[in-house]
Amino acid sequence: MGDLYDSQRAMRNMRKAAMQRGVIAILDIGTSKIACLVLRFDGPETFRGADGVGSLAGQSSFRVIGAATTRSRGVKFGEIDAMQETERAIRTAVQAAQKMANVRVDHVIACVAGGRPKSYGLDGAVDIENGLVTDGDIGRVMAACDVPDYGAERDVLHAQPVNFALDHRTGMADPRGQIGNQLTTDMHMLTVDSTALQNIFFCIKRCDLELAGIASSAYASGISSLVEDEQELGAACIDLGGGSTGISVFMKKHMIYADAVRMGGDHVTSDISMGLSVPMATAERIKTFYGGVVATGMDDREMIEIGGDTGDYEHDRRTVSRAELIGIMRPRVEEILEEVRVRLDAAGFEHLPSQQIVLTGGASQIPGLDGLASKILGQQVRLGRPLRVQGLPQAAIGPAFSSAVGLTLFAAHPQDEWWDFEIPADNYSGRSLKKAVKWFKDNW
Amino acid sequence: MQPLSARRPRALPRDPAPSKWKYRYQRWMLTPGVRGLLRVGVPIALVGIIAVSWYSHDENRDMVAAKIADAKAAVQQRPEFMISEMDVIGVEEDLAASVANVLPMSFPVSSFELDLENMRKRVEALDGVRSARVRVGDAGKLIVDITQRAPVALWRDGDLLRLIDEEGVFAGFVETRSDRLDLPLIAGDGAQANIAEALALFRDAKPLQARMRGLVRMGERRWDIVLDRDQRILLPAEGAVAALDRVIVLHQARDLLDRDVAVVDMRNADRPTIRVNKEAAGALHRAGQTEADN
Repeated sequence: MGDLYDSQRAMRNMRKAAMQRGVIAILDIGTSKIACLVLRFDGPETFRGADGVGSLAGQSSFRVIGAATTRSRGVKFGEIDAMQETERAIRTAVQAAQKMANVRVDHVIACVAGGRPKSYGLDGAVDIENGLVTDGDIGRVMAACDVPDYGAERDVLHAQPVNFALDHRTGMADPRGQIGNQLTTDMHMLTVDSTALQNIFFCIKRCDLELAGIASSAYASGISSLVEDEQELGAACIDLGGGSTGISVFMKKHMIYADAVRMGGDHVTSDISMGLSVPMATAERIKTFYGGVVATGMDDREMIEIGGDTGDYEHDRRTVSRAELIGIMRPRVEEILEEVRVRLDAAGFEHLPSQQIVLTGGASQIPGLDGLASKILGQQVRLGRPLRVQGLPQAAIGPAFSSAVGLTLFAAHPQDEWWDFEIPADNYSGRSLKKAVKWFKDNW
Repeated sequence: MQPLSARRPRALPRDPAPSKWKYRYQRWMLTPGVRGLLRVGVPIALVGIIAVSWYSHDENRDMVAAKIADAKAAVQQRPEFMISEMDVIGVEEDLAASVANVLPMSFPVSSFELDLENMRKRVEALDGVRSARVRVGDAGKLIVDITQRAPVALWRDGDLLRLIDEEGVFAGFVETRSDRLDLPLIAGDGAQANIAEALALFRDAKPLQARMRGLVRMGERRWDIVLDRDQRILLPAEGAVAALDRVIVLHQARDLLDRDVAVVDMRNADRPTIRVNKEAAGALHRAGQTEADN
């Protein structure tokens, strides 16, 4: 745990350094595309204190000055599969974004989509020593959370306190300075496979960049595409990506659950490719131009040229009706949504006061998806687009960019995590001098 | 699976990914310091190299020097800056002639070529010039404004009669004493260094003026007043004026100096001494004897 603590703290320091330089890059490594945004932090809100929400929901502190997207290579299910290829794709995106921004970026905030995320709800309680809750008590109560055995090959990606309770009062946002006897906290911890995380670290390092933060892409999509009341009252954001579908459930402005289904738009494409025996590129084009999930009588008559370049006339002039295409796509989309339903049921989503479901991500642009989703997931379904941030080019405002935009918000105002608080002295391992200094600090 | 060991075939459709070195190069070029260096440093260095390599040829250097000299001359030779005559103010003819001698110039000359400070020093080095101002006046005139030394005494130095101003500085010659009867005469080593005291003595000796021949500095220490009939008044080194006053009072009361006195010795203030001539001394002696005989 100490190792993770240190690396996360190092990333926080890196982020601080990047803020001082004023330029930071966002890297969304997805299965179908890699997006890179370059942010400049020079707005009037940059050096503002942490209290309250600034103008434009605190987003006036930065501007997007460079944006580039490139086809992703070597990524499967949101995890890096062929590192050399991914590295080349990252270099392409970063170079193009730098060229547009006309500035060199050294610090990158990335997101991880795959890696089999797993949510844990933790709670901890401590007695307050002198009646007044201090920063140290917050650190202590977090350290008091009993961490489940999440496995050796996994790392903690997020560990966010979502609720504080002081004696009988619960739902506190900030208990510091209040009087009580016992402080309890609920924490949401998200773990992912170490290898997925390590591959991203390594890949970014090979591109001469420094990682200044890492977030779950489901979380990033949630903070960018859920509106404020949805985040407050309870909502799920379904990020239908290329290789995986991220699920994040928000309540009281905190993420309380995240998961991922290892299926996405690429699987729909490969179904079309197999069903029509066409190459993936053609299948992708057919899906984007003619795809849908609800067939009507008109669709039986609309014939789609499949095309081909074998030289065999019969083979190259094949056509397929749109109804057939929908017949191929719909079962896979239904399968994805059913799987999402299962995950949401397992998380107890039906107990939330509001059960809004927001579909976002590149695959959410299939026509008629919201109708299908409302049959499977519940009545309150809408299609979500990411928040507008300053300077974002027109090409990058679609739902496919919701996790990239979410990362910009994450870069500007990261949520407090476990590692943002001082660990209590007795948890320091070995370093006795540091322990002694800490003990002196606490007691005088 | 793609081949892992083989190089990437060149025939692939265009790969937009930059190579590692191209990527690094672009990032290096986007570094602010490097950008600034390229935008400012490289053009400056380029211009500098071209200029230095051009200037390193002798003929180019000579050409530059000639151009500069031409331009300078074109300005300096303008009629506004030319000087065609010299005007010496504040002196008589002969001194003006000697000023013209020490400043040999061929008119017209540009005022840029004149070293006025040096000219002033040369003029001031002349005898009889106390101070000089040299300036370029209107209408191409060089004006030498001279304040002459005013001679206050004659100094007999061997056979020469020099004119001395009140600072004791030599201000010219005269042929004979009769040329400047209005000036007092002084003599002796170190006389010119104590001209102020000498002048004070002369002023004080007004009643004796008709008989005065001059002042002699004795032993570079004190003054003798020389009167006609070879009479001398020996004055002390200190309080010479007071001593002279006593002699004058004595003379006015008792006609001391009209008598047959050779030397009035005032060097010791407590004991003024008179040396009479030999005949007078004999007469005095005889008179004394006669009185004794009677």
